Amino acid sequence: MDFKLLITIMMSAVLVNNYVLRQFLGICPFLGVSKDLKNAAGMSIAVIFVMLMATAVTWPIQIKLLEPNGIGYLITIVFILVIAALVQLVETILKKYIPALYTALGVYLPLITTNCAVLGVTIANINESYTFIESMTNALGSGLGFFLAMVIFSGVRGQVESSKPPKSFEGLPITLVSAALISIAFYGFNGVIEGLFGK
Amino acid sequence: MNIMVLATTSVTVIGFLCAIMLAVASKVMSVETDERVVQVRQMLPGANCGACGFAGCDAYADAVVNDDAKTSLCIPGGNNVASEISAFMGVEADVIANQVAVVFCRGDSAAMASRMEYSGIKTCSAVKQLFGGQNSCVFGCLGFGDCAAACPEDAICIEDGLARIDRRKCIGCAICVATCPNKIISMDQNVATAAVLCKNTERGAVTRRKCSAGCIACTLCVRECPEDAITMENNRAVVDQTKCTSCGKCYEVCVPKCIRFTQVPVTVTAAE
Repeated sequence: MDFKLLITIMMSAVLVNNYVLRQFLGICPFLGVSKDLKNAAGMSIAVIFVMLMATAVTWPIQIKLLEPNGIGYLITIVFILVIAALVQLVETILKKYIPALYTALGVYLPLITTNCAVLGVTIANINESYTFIESMTNALGSGLGFFLAMVIFSGVRGQVESSKPPKSFEGLPITLVSAALISIAFYGFNGVIEGLFGK
Repeated sequence: MNIMVLATTSVTVIGFLCAIMLAVASKVMSVETDERVVQVRQMLPGANCGACGFAGCDAYADAVVNDDAKTSLCIPGGNNVASEISAFMGVEADVIANQVAVVFCRGDSAAMASRMEYSGIKTCSAVKQLFGGQNSCVFGCLGFGDCAAACPEDAICIEDGLARIDRRKCIGCAICVATCPNKIISMDQNVATAAVLCKNTERGAVTRRKCSAGCIACTLCVRECPEDAITMENNRAVVDQTKCTSCGKCYEVCVPKCIRFTQVPVTVTAAE
């Protein structure tokens, strides 16, 4: 196993190919739940959790079940189905055995059942032909990237809320503008991975 | 044809397996809810107003049973609900402070000068975006009734461009306090004390030009008050409710008559 490759995958998922800020997936919770740090962190932890679980389940299904039978094109519909059922199952299990975690994740767990970032990461794993370990690393990295984006953005939003933008920009417009600026900032990570680890 | 059958079957099978898995899981791992939570929930009014500080009536019922939350937090339910829940839970009942919402503005369309013909979206939050509203005083009631729309009990109505609260209907949930974009609604004890119903912090002369019902910071009431309960803060008088004995002297001297009583005391009723 190439440890360097795993680090490369991880770093590029967190910084360069950040799901929210570079690939524009999972924008809905990014704008909706980023109003304060606590909610943003709760949502992000739930996303990391679900991304890992979803990858662990969907990767074997695609590689061992769908592709050998020549029905790999069913990837989207099967993944949606499996992820939705999985999250539901996890919720039931948590409610029974780990109520503390259930309360902590709270409403966010069902919210991200069909989040496009979760579906995106599982499909990306297949498209990039990652091995299982690589896929899990990518899922963790993507989740951490989501976490990073949420935490940064909730901080920025805190500043925006307390400042006084021009009248016509108050509310959603200024939020979208600041999201765009953070996205531009993340473009600065272009080429960082190649520079650090070589290609 | 074969491909279609294969695809349909496999998706159906996967879906069916998921369904069985979920069905079994929900049976095996069902969590029996506490019967007492359901009963406490039924005693609560079910307004889901959030005045208790919890997410809703369900969350509050759960907190009462499982986290020893106080039984007296339900403001709409009042003392009746509190004593009922206390009896059920076997704890001592606290007395609930009877709170009502008060609009800290008396600038209706007759008193307050208008400075523009506003024809935009008819909500307070929208009109506030436009240079702080159509009224010359940007501290006062905007008059489009965001609070009235938010009130779960229809206790607020807009008359002459000013929000008025029917205290017999007010359940003290404080939703209007959070809704008002100018923050001119506050919760007040439903007892007879004086209150200065103006939030304008500009100098007296400026205030006077804008609104005939605004506090002009003349300090007459401060000098008149026998209990020293009134102080000047930011060009407006503020009554210390703990000191006020509702003698009514401040009301008598107040020129714009912006001092009112949160409940009309006997002395003033007789004078009027």
